[in-house]
Amino acid sequence: MLRYVVSRVLLTIPTLLGVAVLVFFMLRIVPGDVVEVKLRGDGGNVSQEAIEMERKKLGLDKPLMTQFGDWMVGVATLDFGKSMWTERPVMEEISLRLELSLQVAIMATLIAVFIAIPLGTTAALFRDTWIDYVVRIVTIGGLSIPSFWFGMLIMLSLLAFFNWLPPITFTPIYVDPVANITQLIWPALAVGYRYCAVVARMIRSSLLEVLNEDYIRTARAKGVYEKLVISRHALRNALLPAITVIGLEFTFLVGGLVVTEQVFNLNGIGQLFVQSVSRNDFTLIQGMVMLIAAFYVFVNLAVDVLYAVFDPRIRYT
Amino acid sequence: MTLVESYQQPGHKAQPAQSDSVLLDVDNLHVHFETSRGMVRAVEGLSFNVKRGEIVAIVGESGSGKSVSALSIMRLLPKMTSRIPQGRITFDGRNLLDLSDEEMREIRGQHISMIFQEPMTSLNPILTIGLQITEPLQIHLGMTPEQARERAIELLGLVGIPDPARRLEQYPHQFSGGMRQRVMIAIGLACNPKLIIADEPTTALDVTIQAQILELMKDLSRRLNIALIVITHNLGVVARYADRVIVMYAARLVEEGIAENVFHKPRHPYSMGLLRSVPRLDRPRGAKLETIEGLPPNLAVPMPGCRFAPRCPFKIAICEQEPGLLQTDLGGLSRCHRHAEIAAGKLAWTGIGGGGEIPVAKETTPLLSVRDLVKHFEVRGGLRGDSGTVRAVQDVSFDIYPGETLGLVGESGCGKTTVGRLILKLEQPTSGEVRFAGTDIATASAGEMKTLRRKIQVIFQDPYSSLNPRMTVGEIIGEPLHVYKLVPGRKEQHARVEELLQQVGLRPEMAARYPHQLSGGQRQRVGIARALAMEPSFIVCDEAVSALDVSIQGQIINLLEDLQRRLGLAYLFIAHDLAVVRHISMRVVVMYFGRVMEVADRDTLYAEPLHPYTKVLLDAAPVPDPTIEKGREPRLIKGELPSHLAPPSGCVFNTRCPLASEECRQAVPLLREIKPGHFAACIKV
Repeated sequence: MLRYVVSRVLLTIPTLLGVAVLVFFMLRIVPGDVVEVKLRGDGGNVSQEAIEMERKKLGLDKPLMTQFGDWMVGVATLDFGKSMWTERPVMEEISLRLELSLQVAIMATLIAVFIAIPLGTTAALFRDTWIDYVVRIVTIGGLSIPSFWFGMLIMLSLLAFFNWLPPITFTPIYVDPVANITQLIWPALAVGYRYCAVVARMIRSSLLEVLNEDYIRTARAKGVYEKLVISRHALRNALLPAITVIGLEFTFLVGGLVVTEQVFNLNGIGQLFVQSVSRNDFTLIQGMVMLIAAFYVFVNLAVDVLYAVFDPRIRYT
Repeated sequence: MTLVESYQQPGHKAQPAQSDSVLLDVDNLHVHFETSRGMVRAVEGLSFNVKRGEIVAIVGESGSGKSVSALSIMRLLPKMTSRIPQGRITFDGRNLLDLSDEEMREIRGQHISMIFQEPMTSLNPILTIGLQITEPLQIHLGMTPEQARERAIELLGLVGIPDPARRLEQYPHQFSGGMRQRVMIAIGLACNPKLIIADEPTTALDVTIQAQILELMKDLSRRLNIALIVITHNLGVVARYADRVIVMYAARLVEEGIAENVFHKPRHPYSMGLLRSVPRLDRPRGAKLETIEGLPPNLAVPMPGCRFAPRCPFKIAICEQEPGLLQTDLGGLSRCHRHAEIAAGKLAWTGIGGGGEIPVAKETTPLLSVRDLVKHFEVRGGLRGDSGTVRAVQDVSFDIYPGETLGLVGESGCGKTTVGRLILKLEQPTSGEVRFAGTDIATASAGEMKTLRRKIQVIFQDPYSSLNPRMTVGEIIGEPLHVYKLVPGRKEQHARVEELLQQVGLRPEMAARYPHQLSGGQRQRVGIARALAMEPSFIVCDEAVSALDVSIQGQIINLLEDLQRRLGLAYLFIAHDLAVVRHISMRVVVMYFGRVMEVADRDTLYAEPLHPYTKVLLDAAPVPDPTIEKGREPRLIKGELPSHLAPPSGCVFNTRCPLASEECRQAVPLLREIKPGHFAACIKV
């Protein structure tokens, strides 16, 4: 197992290298760079010299391979350089937002998992009764309603019924937990609904499948309490496929909440992404892509390891 | 006092005064299922009883209602779709159908246990064996985890699992099929039940393992005075173990009696036919297998009169009326109006004519010639570094002549299916050659292969999964005709499909149906028609009849023989059932652990087997005759198939061979011609 984990971790190096090459050169293919956007702005007249000077300052005048080499050396020492726009270190720009995005993602995951498991289980156990139909309608809703729109509904209701709007500035959880949670619970709910729907439906269908397995019949034939048949024999098997879905959704939440962040006016990774792309902020884009790719790889690894923990048949080499 | 000791105490549970009393009494049981096709009456008016410590067998083909009856005793039928509109199931003085769910749960696992057919799927894959055995002990007997663990170790010892303490920590996938079934039996025995219901307990196991498990179950049942209901379609299994036999057909009990009577003097035409249609090792091989023609009735359609009448050769006018369960001259029961005439010997099942030995022109050039065939699979193993090479097929050579049937027999994992796949070029051999009509298949180009494929066809085991569910029968059979442009147009294709359907005994209108609308036997006929569409000269039959019911199996074997006679086909008949192989083959190859053990003419092989493995295999196969079976000593083959990753040195059979000595471990014995045409790979013969 340890050998497997180590080899998987080592395998991330070529993966990330590939990502680095792709993102670096794709950015350079696109015409224009940060300097033009920054200095010309909305069509102001800037001399070619000023642009050249700025390019020199940012190192954009060097040959492409040298730029790439410099960047790679930096990445290897976990120095992602400075943002070409704000000129603050990329790590600092990202970590500022990551705190918020990660927290929303974790809260959404918790909400989703804690609601989805009982919801999916009940639906499966009361299959084809009104309980099941209600669950199925609610979860179909979660799949079909875009989370930004659901987010707007939440905001409007908060305003209409409580005359309350979430604050504009972000309070970290270690500064004021109550303020922090009252602010972030709403976006977490907005994206958690969809998340929960996906997981609940997954659990419902895999539990229905597992309940038809021979070993469930064996457990009943042994006279095991029905509650234990469900929790120990059926649910543990049924949760396996749900783990994959949870992992995938979680990684998506960290970087993919562009529109929902806009709705709740959150300064998260998604917003930073959009900003840096529109500013042609090469170093920042590169850093973020590398970060999200690494995140994906490691969450997937964690999912695979969890699988092995839950399912003794899977033992990796 | 440990568990095992307590069982050995003279008075334990064996209360002679009670031993004749009835433990389970099923009275007029009806079970209905709601299905999309309407209501299916799965069990109708079933009555029988089981005395304490008695072994009762319920025999019947699929759909006869035998498993449903067992599940209704356990009250494990699906709640949503099933209904028991009538009947009583009295167990130890209580009607199980009146109990609440909670009261029933207390009985399950404690007083009545059940052992299921599929040891591979009946244990929870993610829980340890220990937990699965101790669970009922803690729930029913209120044992502490430590007590339960101790008892579990004893139970595993009782069912013959070595090193039980360590194995408790393991998971089901670390056990072989036979070992898992032993674990299931240990779970069944855990709380000292009064009754164990075993639903096809050995159907999924190999012959040698089957013998071990059956012996174990019989022995434990006798020693611990546990009543046993064995549900099976295998008449041989029944013969050895049952005190009484119940025969079911189309949801009804048709005959009941003590085992000797049912086997030797059946009083119902269905039992008579069933016993005649099994190929048997203890009788001379008949020219043609007897069969019961036709199919069992559809239980969704109410049917007046005798259920068996449409297939019965003794049908007369009175059979339009429903027969009751009538007392026979032997003290048993028969649901036949004419049972007295059967008893008087007036009605005899006449054999179907025709057949006879299929003449094989003695040709000197083989059609298919396999030389030194080797197939290794590389496996990447698990944590404990058990990666390596699996030698699935090792140095296999044989010839098949035109018009001949070569039987290839062996237990699971012996490489017989891989040999079939190598001949079909579904796998590439590691080395060796497969020559078909002079061309080496292993090195043939894609173009050459295309012509060869027409001549080599295959019939698969599972008629349920080997036909595409989204294609009609006509499309399935017509596809190869179209791909190989064997017919000029659509009209000709239709005509050819109809012709092929008729050839395999199906009506032409079947072409418009989908596979799920057909029975198992009909699907297998479609599989045969599809193979015949290519006008092959050679067909690989991979366990082609082993998924079918006895009466249907006979029909398919006869069809294969008819086709061989008419079309001059050669078959490679791969199977694990020794009696079936004996019936259909002209020569037989016995394989074990990837190697050929023995090759001989069919009659020679079965009459005078040379190799110890062949002897053991023939010995382990049960014969449907209680007198023979109960008379003979259990001569069990010890042990299990060795691991493919750590093959034994020398002769692969030396770990289980009764004759093995030191020199057997030294070198791999070569296949030698011991008598003319009779080869064996053993240094002791």
